[in-house]
Amino acid sequence: MQNREELKMAEKIGRVPVREQDPKVRAGNFEEVCYGYNEKEALLEASRCLNCRNPRCVQHCPVGIRIPEFIAQVRAGAFQEAARVIASDSSLPAVCGRVCPQETQCEGSCILGVKGEPVAIGKLERFVADWSRAQGGVPVEKAPANGIKVAIVGSGPSGLACASDLAKLGYDVTIFEVLHKPGGVLQYGIPEFRLPKQRVVEPEIDSVRALGVKIETNVVVGRTITIDELFDREGFKAVFVGSGAGLPRFMGIPGESLNGVFSANEFLTRSNLMRAFDPSSDTPIFVGKRVAVVGGGNVAMDAARTALRLGSQVTIVYRRTEKELPARAEEVHHALEEGIVFRMLTNPVEILGDEKGWVNALRCIQMELGEPDASGRRSPIPIKDSEFEIPVDAVIMALGTSPNPLIAKTTKGLETERHGCIVADESGATSRPGVFAGGDAVTGAATVILAMGAGRRAAAAIDAYLRP
Amino acid sequence: MYKITRKAMLTPTICLMDVEAPRLAASAQPGQFLIVRAREEGERIPLTICDYDREQGTVTIVTQIVGASSRLICALEEGDCFTDVVGPLGCPSDFVELPDGALKGSRYLFVAGGLGTAPVYPQAKYLHERGAHVDVVVGAKTADLLILREEMSAVCDNLYVCTDDGSEGHHGLVTEKVKLLLAEGQHYDQAVAIGPMIMMKFVALTLRESGIPLTVSLNTLMVDGTGMCGCCRITVGGKVRFACVEGPEFDAYQVDFDEALRRQTIYRPQEQEADHKCKIGRN
Ligand SMILES: Cc1cc2nc3c(=O)[nH]c(=O)nc-3n(C[C@H](O)[C@H](O)[C@H](O)COP(=O)(O)OP(=O)(O)OC[C@H]3O[C@@H](n4cnc5c(N)ncnc54)[C@H](O)[C@@H]3O)c2cc1C
Ligand SMILES: Cc1cc2nc3c(=O)[nH]c(=O)nc-3n(C[C@H](O)[C@H](O)[C@H](O)COP(=O)(O)OP(=O)(O)OC[C@H]3O[C@@H](n4cnc5c(N)ncnc54)[C@H](O)[C@@H]3O)c2cc1C
Ligand code: SF4
Ligand code: SF4
Ligand code: FES
Repeated sequence: MQNREELKMAEKIGRVPVREQDPKVRAGNFEEVCYGYNEKEALLEASRCLNCRNPRCVQHCPVGIRIPEFIAQVRAGAFQEAARVIASDSSLPAVCGRVCPQETQCEGSCILGVKGEPVAIGKLERFVADWSRAQGGVPVEKAPANGIKVAIVGSGPSGLACASDLAKLGYDVTIFEVLHKPGGVLQYGIPEFRLPKQRVVEPEIDSVRALGVKIETNVVVGRTITIDELFDREGFKAVFVGSGAGLPRFMGIPGESLNGVFSANEFLTRSNLMRAFDPSSDTPIFVGKRVAVVGGGNVAMDAARTALRLGSQVTIVYRRTEKELPARAEEVHHALEEGIVFRMLTNPVEILGDEKGWVNALRCIQMELGEPDASGRRSPIPIKDSEFEIPVDAVIMALGTSPNPLIAKTTKGLETERHGCIVADESGATSRPGVFAGGDAVTGAATVILAMGAGRRAAAAIDAYLRP
Repeated sequence: MYKITRKAMLTPTICLMDVEAPRLAASAQPGQFLIVRAREEGERIPLTICDYDREQGTVTIVTQIVGASSRLICALEEGDCFTDVVGPLGCPSDFVELPDGALKGSRYLFVAGGLGTAPVYPQAKYLHERGAHVDVVVGAKTADLLILREEMSAVCDNLYVCTDDGSEGHHGLVTEKVKLLLAEGQHYDQAVAIGPMIMMKFVALTLRESGIPLTVSLNTLMVDGTGMCGCCRITVGGKVRFACVEGPEFDAYQVDFDEALRRQTIYRPQEQEADHKCKIGRN
């Protein structure tokens, strides 16, 4: 049983607010929005945790980070110890502390959240990770090299996590990445103002390299080299496929090929990977005066907030209500603060263009919520004769993505299901012996923490498979 | 890595380079392309793989200066390195899938406009080596701008030159020469046109009646070249296709060229500004 007094106190103090950039200022720059806790704030916030004996938070962290344990270390001021506790379960804490949908995971079930505000687990995790990195990181133990070669396809969270675990176990690991920079979505998708590249993503990748993992960029597995060739010609004994779900979806409505219609992936890749927001970059980006972003997930929020920072007036068009928005709560909150307009229960039916073929309006229909569908969510249905137009000069489609078919197409005996996802069991084993897979390539677009967890489970399975 | 081992200016605005990229050279096929970045801040620029030397581990690219990024590429010298080179991207030409025996004696017509000669070359070479009959029509503004003439002559049966100013060969457009060949009674099993989008559109209009299947290689705008961004999307037979992964070669009669032409202009104002800045920088 909890100590009642303590519980009451913790509820009363309330969550320590985190310092953020002023919305008006940040709407015009790409600096990180959230400054994170300093030591004092972290100590205070950590003191709210009740150190529950049966912590509900841990059950709802997909990788089971020992949350009360690391928070207790924070409370004791032993930040490096805290980092060590986290490191035993997560290899990307600075990333997950920033981008996990905490409100539906760890924090969503924190006991303090029943009556008051949950412990800011994500912010504490981020604090610990940032603090520890500034001190040179957590020293890792590495088994002696065993000379067995393992190939990893893709350098997103799943590939990085799988690679580091295998390297720690002594394997000779090479990551093959098609883009010119490693990191997957962390690099090309999630914007700088949420996940700084030089300060957070690159150090995480450097620490994977420091374990001895080789990263070969500019290699398209399936074209530059196939998985069969990795086995037969280059002597790899196992392959992990963490190729993500990068294929953008469009709606199939009239006008989608007009000039000024982009997938969120294109818009974000130009801005993040190619750094088009920086005047010294050679890559152009189209900045509309008025932009509509279609969708309600993290990708939609990121595209909208990027467009805003480049100088556009932005409207998010979503077919359900605010309650159903799949984006992280924090991102929705930030987007509203920054002045992004949300049009809920609205679905595009056509994109209209001028005589030169450039977008000038988005034609939408009003929706209402009907009966719950198979997923338990109430499905939106169009209201008759409710069509209207939003004048815009650019439309960004953020409707979700599916796995790229290239690897499945070029690898004999690799089974996929009908959405193109690679079929793999809980451990990551696929229909092809020696080939393991995880992350978005298996589940379809999901989250960083799930991808990371899948990479780590696959590393354990690969170790079991290769160990004599 | 990605060292330029040979550079030659074919004309004042077109350069040929051999670049070290062993993995790429080992797997490249006719019809495929690669993407380069000339420097750290550089754009990802798609270029056709014009030849490959599997032993030397090099690939050949031919670049025409049309804007800021192609200018940067052509400014690199022998011994310099590209920041990035990735490929091969896209699907190999359809005939690569055919057994060599099937190609022997079949008759191919290639139509190349300007720089298009470069991407036509590996295809003509591949087919010629396998005993196909290959005729090539190349067009250029003037005789001085014709590229790879000797190389091309060596891998085809007939090379027909067309120039806009009449300085060599047929005085006029490639489409006129194609019409003349058909009128002469030349028969072809397959035609391939590669060049500016507008030229491919007119070759398609010219050949449509003839019933000869025509393939074109679409040079759309691209970013990643791996199917991730949708920037390269085009409409073929009423369906949206991604040129970088499903192409770049498509059945010309199904391609919506007007849309493709329009989509090439999306970044024109920014491109012009970038090129302008670049030129100022050089003076
Ligand atoms: C804009 C955006 C915002 C997001 N926001 C959040 C968020 O706030 N919180 C959250 O938890 N999740 C978020 N996500 C989802 C999360 O980023 C993904 O679930 C996660 O990155 C998946 O990891 P992965 O390793 O499976 O794949 P990815 O991160 O997609 O990485 C796959 C890598 O494989 C490479 N690759 C693909 N094919 C090949 C090939 N043939 N050869 C070589 N390399 C290849 C790709 O280039 C890529 O680098 C977001 C996603 C996007 C797009
Ligand atoms: C599959 C593929 C293969 C290609 N092969 C070659 C090749 O072998 N050699 C070569 O020189 N070029 C090739 N291109 C075209 C080349 O990528 C473009 O010329 C280059 O991107 C232009 O960049 P830039 O910054 O110099 O010019 P920009 O400033 O981007 O453009 C200058 C002008 O060229 C037009 N333009 C831009 N991109 C293209 C394009 N992709 N095609 C046609 N016009 C364009 C613009 O509208 C503008 O008017 C290929 C393109 C593709 C998609
Ligand atoms: S990894 Fe994500 S879910 Fe787990 S504790 Fe950290 S923030 Fe919460
Ligand atoms: S974070 Fe919340 S649920 Fe977890 S141990 Fe602390 S008080 Fe309990
Ligand atoms: S260039 Fe990005 S999908 Fe084709």
